[in-house]
Amino acid sequence: MITIDAISKWYGPTQVLRDCSAAVAKGEVVVVCGPSGSGKSTLIKCVNGLEPFQKGRIDVDGISVGDPKTDLPKLRARIGMVFQHFELFPHLSVLRNLTLPQIKVLGRNPDAARDKAVSLLDRVGLRVHAEKFPGQLSGGQQQRVAIARALAMDPIAMLFDEPTSALDPEMIQEVLDVMVGLAKDGMTMIVVTHEMSFARKVANRVAFMDKGEIVEDAPTADFFGKPRSERAQLFLSKILQH
Amino acid sequence: MNYHWNWDIFWELSPDGVHTYFQTLMLGTAWTLITAACAWIIAFASGSIVGVVRTTPYAIAVRLGDVYVELFRNVPLLVQMFLWYFVFPEVVPHAFGTWLKQLPNGSFYTAVVALGLYMSARVAEQVRAGILSLPRGQRQAALALGLTLPQTYAYVLLPMTYRIIMPPLTSELLNTIKNSAVALTIGLMELTARARAMQEFSFQVFEAFTAATIIYIIINIVVTFAMRLLERRIAAPGYLGFRAPAAGH
Repeated sequence: MITIDAISKWYGPTQVLRDCSAAVAKGEVVVVCGPSGSGKSTLIKCVNGLEPFQKGRIDVDGISVGDPKTDLPKLRARIGMVFQHFELFPHLSVLRNLTLPQIKVLGRNPDAARDKAVSLLDRVGLRVHAEKFPGQLSGGQQQRVAIARALAMDPIAMLFDEPTSALDPEMIQEVLDVMVGLAKDGMTMIVVTHEMSFARKVANRVAFMDKGEIVEDAPTADFFGKPRSERAQLFLSKILQH
Repeated sequence: MNYHWNWDIFWELSPDGVHTYFQTLMLGTAWTLITAACAWIIAFASGSIVGVVRTTPYAIAVRLGDVYVELFRNVPLLVQMFLWYFVFPEVVPHAFGTWLKQLPNGSFYTAVVALGLYMSARVAEQVRAGILSLPRGQRQAALALGLTLPQTYAYVLLPMTYRIIMPPLTSELLNTIKNSAVALTIGLMELTARARAMQEFSFQVFEAFTAATIIYIIINIVVTFAMRLLERRIAAPGYLGFRAPAAGH
C-alpha cells in the first residue's frame, strides 16, 4: 500500500533523511521509533507530501507522492493523519471539525457528514461532547476527536506523528486504546511513537531510526528480542528501563 | 488672553446661508464617517489579500507583497494624498487624467483610495503576523485532510487569525478614522475641515475645535466598544478573549 524507496531530504546543507526505504502492506501496522531529531516525523510527513523530499520515491496506493502532476489534496484526503498537538480547529465545534473537511473536500452532503461524524464520535467515546469546542476538552479527548476527524474521511491508511507525546500520563491510555482498536480492525497504520507497549501489542514491524536513517526494520518480536544494531539496543535499553 | 467665548455660535447661520455651524459640523462628520468606512473596506480587503500572499509558499508573490507593504507604509500619508490628487492625473493618459480632474467629489474618491491603500499596508502586516502566530500544525492538519491551500486559509487559518488580531485591527480602524482628517489638504470638507472653516469665518477657534475633538472621541469610543463586543462574540471557546457565559446555562 505504501512504499518508500530511497528517500533523502535536505534542509539547506543539512541532510535530515538518508536513503530511507520501507514498505507497508495493507492492514499492516508499523511503528517508527528512535531518538528525537532522528527524522521520524519528517519521514511520515513525506508520505502525504506535507514535507517535500529531494531524492527517492514514495508511492501510496500506486500514486507517486513526489510527482508534481499528482493531485496532492486528493491523495491526502485518502490518508489520515494525527499530530502530536492534535491540531483541531479551535474556532469550530467538535462536530464542525469532523464535518467541515467531509463537506469541503469529499463533497458529502451535510446530513451524511453529520451522521458519519456522530457515529465516529461515538466510537471514540465522545458523542456527548459534539457541541463543545476543542478548547473545552482535555488533551486526551482532543486527540480522540482528531483521530475521529481523520477517520471521517474514510482513509485507506493512517499516519500518527507522536500522538501521545503531548499528553499527560493519565490520558495516554485512552488514546492508545482507540489506536489499538483501529489496528485490530485492520487499518493500515504508520505510527511514530515511544509507546513500546503499543508496539508490542499491535505492531507487525518496528522501524528504528537514527540520524535520518532507518537503522533497523524488523518484525516486532525480533526487534524486541534481539535488535541487531547497537544503536537500537542502546535506545531500547534507555526507554525500556522504566 | 482676551478671548470672547460664545458657545451659541453653533446655532448661528454659517456663510453658506443655509446651514448653522452645528449643521456644517454634522455634514463634516458624515463625510469623515463615509470616507473612513470606504477606506477601511479597501484597507481590510487588500490588506487581507496582501497579508495572506506574504505567508504563502510562493517566493515571488511573497516578494511582491513585501514591496507593496514597504511602498505604502514608508511614504507619509500626506505625500500619498498629494501624489494621488495632483501627480497621478498628470502621469496617466491625458483623457483619463482630465476625466479624473473633472470628477465630482474627486477629493473624496482620492481620499478613499489614498487612505485605503495606506492603511492596507498596515492591515497586511497585522494579518501576516496573525497568520504566522498560529501553530504551524494548523496549516499541516488542514492540508493533511485534503483541503487545498485556498480552503486552508478560508476555513482554518483566517478565521483564527482575525480573532487573534482583533485588538490591533481595532487600532488600525481608529487610525483610519483619525487619518481621514488629512484629506482636508486635498479639499475634502470632512470634520476637521469644517471646524477650520468655522474658525475662519467666526473666529471662535476654541469652540470649533472643542466640538471637533468631542465628536472624534465619541466616534472612536463607539467604534472601540463595538469592536470589543464583536471580539467577545466571535472568540473561540477556551481561547484568548473568550469569557464563559454566566452560570445558570
